[in-house]
Amino acid sequence: MAKGIWIVIEQNKAEIRNVSLELLSQGRMLADKTGDPLVAVILGSTVSKLAGIVTPYGADKVILVDDENLADYTTGAYTSVLNKLIRKEEPQAVLLGNTAVGKDLAPRLAQRLGVGMASDCTGMEFDEESFLTFRRPIYGGKAFAQVIANARPVLATIRPNTFPIALPDTARQAEVINETAEIDSEDLRAIVKEIVLAASQRPELIEANVIISGGRGMKGSENYCILESCADVIGAAVGASRAAVDAGWIEQKFQVGQTGKTVSPTLYIACGISGAIQHLAGMGTSKVIVAINKDPEANIFNLADYGIVGDLFEIVPLLTEEFKKLG
Amino acid sequence: MDIVVCLKQTFDTEAKIVLNSNGKIDGTGVNLIMNPYDEFAVEEALKLKEKFGGQVTLVSMGGERVTESLRTALAMGCDEAVLIQDPDLESPDEWVTAEVLAKAVSKIPYDIILAGRIAVDDGSGQVAIRLADALKIPSVNCIIKLEVEDGKAAATREIDGGTELIEVRLPAVLTAQKGLNIPRYPSMMGIMKAKKKEIKGMTLADLGIGAADLPRKMSITKFSLPSPRKGGIKISGEAADAAKELARILREEAKVI
Ligand SMILES: Cc1cc2nc3c(=O)[nH]c(=O)nc-3n(C[C@H](O)[C@H](O)[C@H](O)COP(=O)(O)OP(=O)(O)OC[C@H]3O[C@@H](n4cnc5c(N)ncnc54)[C@H](O)[C@@H]3O)c2cc1C
Ligand SMILES: Nc1ncnc2c1ncn2[C@@H]1O[C@H](COP(=O)(O)O)[C@@H](O)[C@H]1O
Repeated sequence: MAKGIWIVIEQNKAEIRNVSLELLSQGRMLADKTGDPLVAVILGSTVSKLAGIVTPYGADKVILVDDENLADYTTGAYTSVLNKLIRKEEPQAVLLGNTAVGKDLAPRLAQRLGVGMASDCTGMEFDEESFLTFRRPIYGGKAFAQVIANARPVLATIRPNTFPIALPDTARQAEVINETAEIDSEDLRAIVKEIVLAASQRPELIEANVIISGGRGMKGSENYCILESCADVIGAAVGASRAAVDAGWIEQKFQVGQTGKTVSPTLYIACGISGAIQHLAGMGTSKVIVAINKDPEANIFNLADYGIVGDLFEIVPLLTEEFKKLG
Repeated sequence: MDIVVCLKQTFDTEAKIVLNSNGKIDGTGVNLIMNPYDEFAVEEALKLKEKFGGQVTLVSMGGERVTESLRTALAMGCDEAVLIQDPDLESPDEWVTAEVLAKAVSKIPYDIILAGRIAVDDGSGQVAIRLADALKIPSVNCIIKLEVEDGKAAATREIDGGTELIEVRLPAVLTAQKGLNIPRYPSMMGIMKAKKKEIKGMTLADLGIGAADLPRKMSITKFSLPSPRKGGIKISGEAADAAKELARILREEAKVI
């Protein structure tokens, strides 16, 4: 019965994304309950050495598909390859991170396989019959749905920062299997012409452990440097409210909320943000929320674990200095 | 250039979510809107129509009230609408919705299918991409820029940490991300004209689908509401002291720095 829990590992230029390690760590605990093998599946070009990197996080088996055509992620090629592997090996669950890649790949793959999928999950566990059930936020986090597939396999994408990364066990051994990429020609119709990556040294917003966000209270684009200086001291990513984005102070890609990014950091610092329901939709699962706002009545104080009523232009630089002192 | 736009009607983003006595989401009295991302899809379709001519057809699956959002999109300038409504479409999953939309769309000529990247109610982000696969055509997800020429689309899509330019041969499904455009408001004239435009009702039978053809792949076993976040500690005092205290708490008590 138990046929395996698969984690589709996301890597970029041989760097494995944190969310993949989070899934391996949590997958290990699930696999231990049912005796399912935990399988890490890695697609890419010259990725063979990654097997050794994922094994300590809990994989029993690593499936490697090394092919030039897989160097950059493309919907078609990745769907083609995974569709065939999954049909052949019949795992009971295939888990991906809810990242740009996961969000694009998982629905396509689910449809190709004719199976169900749970998106952007923030919890998963086995039911009495060893079917995986998932907990997922709906209505921008204003409710949760518990969902289950009516047949196996089930696909799911899991929100980054939902599960902790386990301590690596370097003594762990995994069976490594090399598979060849079989890509249907009709899956090669979309061509990646260009990839432009921002030069920023800051963490990616959706995976960041700490985020410092600025809203309308920032008053202008020139003031975001205040947040950036603070972010660089604590290794944070910078975010924004829609009001700041729509004012043209900061790019859309930094927007947090219902029509922006969904984030789940350990610490979210909201500066000059009132705490509208649509903003909360994007950061409500943050573990600790801090608010800096000059209006004591601002709704953000009803959500924040810690708040300072004051002028952000005064408080944030002071806070940056204090963070520096903490080292 | 013929364009299909997949439109879903959703709860207003301001809506308060409550559960009814059966433990299901209670929609009574909730204000309904066009899914915000679908507004970007509608706008992009209209821009393409202005440039290349052709028809923009809206396709939606849902209840009677969806006609409200369809009228809005017709008033913005779309030409026709199809609304698929059927008692056997209660609690569809994403697979069901995609299969049904695929059947409906197959009856309409199209070069491009535009949709939202995600619906703000179920937050799935699956239906449009599944639709593309059901129709066996490529898709580009989460686009913020689109150029169409010679039967090809060059779409810039958002990826983690940057953007990616993808070229696809049409037909293709493209899903809209915020930033793609700024949706227009319906004009008075548009609203008048929309009253005369057709919203064509369709049932599963019209699409040649039997209820038994649509076994749900996923079931929702339970809805729940999150325990609301509570306001915590407000740190008072002089700015310098407050900042110092906050840094201390984050390090020593919350242990998050
Ligand atoms: C369909 C839809 C989708 C939406 N999606 C999103 C979304 O994805 N993300 C999002 O954020 N919003 C979204 N919104 C908008 C949302 O409703 C709010 O309008 C928005 O979040 C407000 O942004 P803000 O908090 O920055 O601005 P405001 O509400 O104007 O608040 C600014 C705050 O800054 C404070 N302030 C001003 N000056 C200072 C100072 N010097 N020091 C300290 N504090 C100061 C003020 O007291 C105030 O509380 C959406 C709305 C709709 C209808
Ligand atoms: N019932 C529906 N009718 C028409 N289009 C839909 C429907 N459900 C989803 N879509 C389209 O698919 C997109 C993504 O929806 P979802 O997968 O539900 O998040 C939406 O923005 C719509 O464009």
